[in-house]
Amino acid sequence: MLTHLPLLTILIWLPMIGAILVICTGDDRNANYARAIAVTVALINFLLCIPLYLGFDPTRYDMQFTVDYLWIPAYQIHYAIGVDGISLLMVMLTNFTGLLVVIAGCHSIKRRVAQYMAAFLVLQGMIVGVFAAMDAILFYVFWEGMLIPMYLSIGIWGGSNRSYASIKFFLFTFLGSILMLVALIYLYNLTGSFLIQNYYGLALDLTTQKWLFFAFLLAFAVKVPMWPVHTWLPDAHTEAPAGGSVVLAALMLKLGVYGFLRFSMPITPLACEQLAWIMIILSLVAIVYIGLIAIMQTDMKKLIAYSSIAHMGFATLGCFMVYDIIRHKHLLQDAYMSLEGAVIQMIAHAFGSGAMFLGVGLLADRFYNHSRLIKDYGGVANTMPIFAAFFMLFAMSNVGLPGTAGFVGEFMVVMSAFQSHFWVAFFAATTLVLSASYTLWMYKRVFFGPVGNQYVAGFKDITWVEKTNFILLAAGVFFLGLYPQPLINVLHVTIGHLLITSIPADLALNTTTKMLGGI
Amino acid sequence: MAFSLPEFSVALPEIFLLCMACFILIVDVCIAERYRIVTYILVQATLVATFILTLPQFKEYPQPIITFSGNYIVDKMAVLSKLFIYLFSFFAFIYARDYLRTRQIARSEYYLLGLLAVIGMSVMASAFTFLSIYLGLELLSLALYAMVAMHKDSSLAIEAAMKYFVLGSLASGMLLYGISILYGVTGSIQIDTVAKVLQTHENTAAVMALIFVLSGLIFKFGAVPFHMWVPDVYQGASTPTTLFIASAPKVAAFAITVRILVQAMPSLQINWEHILIVISLLSMFFGNVLAIAQTNLKRMLAYSSIAHIGYTLLGIIAGPNSTQGYSAAMFYISTYVLVAAGAFAIIAIMSRGGQEFDQLEDYRGLNARNPWLAFMMLLLLFSMAGVPPTVGFIAKLGLLEALVEAHYVWIAALALIFAIIGAYYYLRVVMLMYFEEPTEEAMKQPIIIPTDILVAVTINGTAALFLGLIPSFFIDLCRISVG
Repeated sequence: MLTHLPLLTILIWLPMIGAILVICTGDDRNANYARAIAVTVALINFLLCIPLYLGFDPTRYDMQFTVDYLWIPAYQIHYAIGVDGISLLMVMLTNFTGLLVVIAGCHSIKRRVAQYMAAFLVLQGMIVGVFAAMDAILFYVFWEGMLIPMYLSIGIWGGSNRSYASIKFFLFTFLGSILMLVALIYLYNLTGSFLIQNYYGLALDLTTQKWLFFAFLLAFAVKVPMWPVHTWLPDAHTEAPAGGSVVLAALMLKLGVYGFLRFSMPITPLACEQLAWIMIILSLVAIVYIGLIAIMQTDMKKLIAYSSIAHMGFATLGCFMVYDIIRHKHLLQDAYMSLEGAVIQMIAHAFGSGAMFLGVGLLADRFYNHSRLIKDYGGVANTMPIFAAFFMLFAMSNVGLPGTAGFVGEFMVVMSAFQSHFWVAFFAATTLVLSASYTLWMYKRVFFGPVGNQYVAGFKDITWVEKTNFILLAAGVFFLGLYPQPLINVLHVTIGHLLITSIPADLALNTTTKMLGGI
Repeated sequence: MAFSLPEFSVALPEIFLLCMACFILIVDVCIAERYRIVTYILVQATLVATFILTLPQFKEYPQPIITFSGNYIVDKMAVLSKLFIYLFSFFAFIYARDYLRTRQIARSEYYLLGLLAVIGMSVMASAFTFLSIYLGLELLSLALYAMVAMHKDSSLAIEAAMKYFVLGSLASGMLLYGISILYGVTGSIQIDTVAKVLQTHENTAAVMALIFVLSGLIFKFGAVPFHMWVPDVYQGASTPTTLFIASAPKVAAFAITVRILVQAMPSLQINWEHILIVISLLSMFFGNVLAIAQTNLKRMLAYSSIAHIGYTLLGIIAGPNSTQGYSAAMFYISTYVLVAAGAFAIIAIMSRGGQEFDQLEDYRGLNARNPWLAFMMLLLLFSMAGVPPTVGFIAKLGLLEALVEAHYVWIAALALIFAIIGAYYYLRVVMLMYFEEPTEEAMKQPIIIPTDILVAVTINGTAALFLGLIPSFFIDLCRISVG
């Protein structure tokens, strides 16, 4: 019965309405009302994902739960939303993370609570909107619109250098996206419609495709972020409040890869195939070079930020290796594993990084001057053993320990890369060493050993509110790490359809389309 | 030539305005000092009544009607422009009331001059000969010069008025010179006759006339290279006057630009298109870049208005080769004016106490002092920057679409890059309002907002968001009228 409701519309707009209600509670004297409303709304959103998942038919590759309504007739812009396999997982991830962030914010934010909760609710609604949008301008509105609450949250509740970090974040992302807007309008002029599905399978010539590819590349590369336009991320992550960092790492980075999957690959397959080598090299640079940079960081949040860039390198590698795999092996089968690995890596990274940012956030909250420097801590495991145990789990997921979520995605991408290109797989696999070194070294310096100073000695272990978040995340990490099959089931047919649309015609001619499960 | 009685009924708005202006003038002389509020109420009532009188004209005259020996036209664009002009003037006077009360500015004369300016703008919107365009323009300009100069106590205001008057007269002179050459070439001053003659007789004199006419128009708009008066006048004039100058006259200037360029000189399109491309790119560039260096909010908004005029001209550039370029430009200028009025209104609200609060520093920590005002300012600034989901984005989208359709993709990309440069100074104000804490003395002065101004500012600010979410109605209105 619940599946007959316009679930996606509710998931987008209920947080917005919740935000208005939260703002109406007034100033900080009524902070508890604000917190209560925000948690309720986030919880309802999270629970609504269950009928969304149950009602989803994994054997179809077209968009489900669709709503199509002519929003601006003058420009032929539709309010068109729907989910397929990839977006469904992302929408569920968004609502899960949104709940975590709101719960974490209850404890750590004491000033202007209502505005904080409202900002994050609006942000959550908009991110769901990006993942669900089927109309290009609707996508763009949500894509740019979410910059406003993120900008405000970094700037109002952030660290000491927050003004610089927030403006850098806003301008970088804004600049990256403008050429995408021009590209979308150009496509509109070609096809007469803004619906993204109508842009697939246009037989555009190579030069046009290359221009479109670069326009999209700029927008998505800034969001992912890829080297060399990654410099906004360390600043934004370190200065953002804990909840902001979690949303940035867990959700906003995924938007970039989602953009590649939704726009670049199906609309400009020829250009992607020819320019895939650039993307693969940039992904490897992210994995190896950024991994090396991460080892030398002295600020915990900056370290995790750089590790985020490195992990997203896997996601983009997984996306663009498919062209290399198909060129060498002519089998669609191996390409499946690459793309599925990319999507699973996105989700696994969200869990791992999100948890680590939450952990570092609550550590910094307890310290007298909210320092995030590694040298100010030491031996935290002595005073906060339960927290240390949770953090160890998430650190291991970050490293990619088999049994945790982080392993599955990386393994799938490396395995499929290995089928076609040994050296790419080799360099990608060095992440196993690099991520272990920076994560475990940080963990050792912060948690193990004797108690570092009197402040650490005075730490209280985590409260039940904080434990709730970590338990939820730990459940996610274990579930994804030990039994990822349900996710792969949801993804399979969608990825198959995506592959068929993303492969240029000449490459598809001599490709065997024998797939697992057959079609 | 036979004398035919003109159709007075189509000119009802202007006739009513003129009669009411005379009536209020006499009433104002007769009433005592303490009842000055009566003048204000009468002026506002006049504007509302004129709005209601003009509203049916939209449906009543589906075909354009030309009357008064070809001087006056009633078509959809004229009606829509007039509706916007009355609406924005109404808001401008609401914001002026409280500000003027606390300063030594003659209040009733202010509103009367404003009403005369509205008559001038009305005539401009409906003008169909060059003479009536010029007359309307002069009526508007003279009223505005006087309104700027009314703030006798401020030397900045007197200086601004002098600059505005001298440069404005120069521009009017150039416009008149261009019109006279055009008359010499075509033998007529009526817009459609001029267009017909120019179609057959195209010569260098016509292009020279175009350049002079365009110079006059560009001055009135405030675009590069005739933008020098804008920052000084915007900063020097009292805030409600700046609000008034920045709002309704832009709509009227747009109307006469469309009449002159699109309806009178379509055959010279190549020429004015190229000139406008240069002007618009320079305006966007200089407006946005120079605004970054400003520490005074009014000056910053002045430079930003130069940039926004640049954007509006993009629509006119794309117009000939696209289906909806002109209506995109109309939508852009109307929504910009709405948002700019709101921004200046917030400055006026803050400046209530007698001291002008227009430095950027005065907005430090506004979120802590009055969160609702800060939120309104946020919405207005992001609309000016063109960030979704505000209406500024939809307006820019329309312009970009027209540009891409007209195969001017490179201009679209450049316009967007300049917009990014522009986003910085809007963000800086948001940064000051939200990210910083207010100073001690600032916290001690509470911000009191009278109810009517609060309602008006709320409507202004939420309209920026609301129109961004549901823009269809206004876009279609603009399409029907200018399209």
